[in-house]
Amino acid sequence: MTTTATLSPALTDTVLTRFARRRLAAFAVPLAILAYLAYAAIAFDIAGLAGRARMDNAAVLLSDFWQHKTHVTRDNRTGALRVAIDGEAKGTYPSDRLPGWIATQGDTTRIDLGRGHVVTYDAEGARYDVPGYGLIDIRQQDGGLRLTAPEPLPDWINASDSRVSVTTEAGRFAYTRSKVETFRYQPGWALFFFTLDSPFHYMSWPEIAASALWGPRVDPDLPNIAAMARDFWTNAMWRHGDVLWALFETVLMAFLGTFGAALVALPLGFMAARNMMPLGALRFGLRRIFDFIRGVDGLIWTIVLARAFGPGPMTGALAILLTDTGSFGKMFSEALENIDEKQVEGIRSTGAGAVQRARFGVIPQVTPVLLSQVLYFLESNTRGATVIGAIVGGGIGLLLTQAIQTQKDWEDVAYYMVLIVLMVMAMDSFSGWLRRRLIRG
Amino acid sequence: MAAPAPDHIRDAYLELARRRRLYGGLLLVIFVAMMAAGFRLAESRNAGGFVDGLPMVLAFPSEVLAEAWQKRANLPGLLAKHLPSLVETLNIAAVSTLLGGLMAMGLALLSTRGLARWPRLTGLFRRLMDALRAVPEIVIALVLIYILGGGPVPAVIAISLHTAGALGKLFSEVAENADLKPVEGLASVGAGWGQQVGLGVLPQVAPNWLSYALMRFEINLRASAILGFVGSGGIGYDLKLAMQWGTGRYDQVVAIFLLLFVAIVAIDRLSDHARSRLVRG
Repeated sequence: MTTTATLSPALTDTVLTRFARRRLAAFAVPLAILAYLAYAAIAFDIAGLAGRARMDNAAVLLSDFWQHKTHVTRDNRTGALRVAIDGEAKGTYPSDRLPGWIATQGDTTRIDLGRGHVVTYDAEGARYDVPGYGLIDIRQQDGGLRLTAPEPLPDWINASDSRVSVTTEAGRFAYTRSKVETFRYQPGWALFFFTLDSPFHYMSWPEIAASALWGPRVDPDLPNIAAMARDFWTNAMWRHGDVLWALFETVLMAFLGTFGAALVALPLGFMAARNMMPLGALRFGLRRIFDFIRGVDGLIWTIVLARAFGPGPMTGALAILLTDTGSFGKMFSEALENIDEKQVEGIRSTGAGAVQRARFGVIPQVTPVLLSQVLYFLESNTRGATVIGAIVGGGIGLLLTQAIQTQKDWEDVAYYMVLIVLMVMAMDSFSGWLRRRLIRG
Repeated sequence: MAAPAPDHIRDAYLELARRRRLYGGLLLVIFVAMMAAGFRLAESRNAGGFVDGLPMVLAFPSEVLAEAWQKRANLPGLLAKHLPSLVETLNIAAVSTLLGGLMAMGLALLSTRGLARWPRLTGLFRRLMDALRAVPEIVIALVLIYILGGGPVPAVIAISLHTAGALGKLFSEVAENADLKPVEGLASVGAGWGQQVGLGVLPQVAPNWLSYALMRFEINLRASAILGFVGSGGIGYDLKLAMQWGTGRYDQVVAIFLLLFVAIVAIDRLSDHARSRLVRG
């Protein structure tokens, strides 16, 4: 009884102080995190961000992601009409195959924007019939523009002596002395499969299927299905062929870099493991080299190598190879130090030499560990190769940065993003499958 | 009935071993051939060849170092000048690890069997994590730079989203192995979901989660340097500006190299140390 009487106050004290410390930590840790985040918010100037953010850019980007616009332009001096997707030369409709919502008759062009919005170009000028508002009529006279529209003018009509522009939910319309232009927005990615110069663009899906199976040859030299593949592959708008090549280059960079690094690092890892290499100085030197390679970091290796080898996928692969050699060297030597020595002893007892001990005693033990590390790196390098491609100028990373820099091909950006995500997911499941096959099987 | 002759067993074993060796060798040959062909292909699409470039590898570093050595008196001043950028890069990495880690905690708890708040939605949260992991940081960062302008915020958002996916998966693997008995005990005394998770699961998984988060911090530090180079913000951006200037500013390049190198090595060491303490208890 005496012992408990003397012990228990001390025990309660310990328990109580520990509880108090824990309770303090439970408040202090979230508080510290919050304080740090508040400091970071000030350091990053979050308050100023609202002023700098360009929400109109965001709107352009989001609308371009899923819709395309068709420019219907008439040159007011020559009267020539041009219908082009995104205003690009390679998206221009041949004048005898205009889309169904544009009707031409002599000098008059009637553009149906849908939902009752109709724009008409004619010899005197142009008219835009907006449902619920009325008729906007623009005539060209005495070198200026004369606008007739129901008063007062709403703020979505912007009119001056030389330019009238109208923005509605159905599209945009602009009239200047030199030209009149109407933009129609439609959902979907235009010309994704076939461009306008391909006969398949003008067919519906069932027609394409029928033409592929038994239709008359469009191109006398090729079966239709091959002609379709060719037209798709060489699509000038989306450049599917180039894009898939770029994706392949990115995967190639990751593959060559990762497995090349594994091949280089395996012997080095043996030389840097305490239980394999008796020479302490060499071991120490190798470890410091691994640390140096890892510390310098892929970014700097990439820059240095790009100077020597020029832009391209090989430079990217070499950069990944060099960076990962440091990581693999360290991981491999650690894995080799953690092996079970009994198996090696067993092999040694049969009179095997160092190479045979390594081959039959060590390699079978470490292969699953090393392989799963290598495959894990392959996954993350597939993502990394996109970034490295942006720096060295190869693969899908290059295409992506180029498309973003033009600041208008957002549908291309969306397309590349989808492809990159699919590529990464495919590599993830491929390496997962390989890991299960090689390690459990 | 006679037992099968020892010879027979030995023959069968040798046959098996031979076949295995054959398959292994074949796989190796195919692998080596793929590597060689891939390398030839990559080289043919590269601007410069491998053999021509190899002697040049050291040319650029030595040019940089030679110039920096001439101007070595500037170095302390340059180090001080670029220190704020390094702090910004470190902040980007730390904030995105924190935010990503917090998101990952939520996602992991929502997608772990036995713990999920809404068991039917675990699949959805898992797919969400897969998607977050699959998008490379650079994609989100570049798009956000267009909207938000330059600076650290696009990088923070991009890295945190990626971190949420990557850590979420690791966190949920840890949480899956947690002992559920404390949770049952808490449930039996009427604790809500938040209390069950906060008192029953978090204390069990905290060391491992912290250790993974520290590892992610190392990765994010490198990522934020690279994003600075490609996009904007932090020491990577300074490096890009100095590199674009080329000859004449190589002392700056060396100063930035040094800062980045020291920071990466120091963080690696610290986190290695902290992780080994966390895991060993």
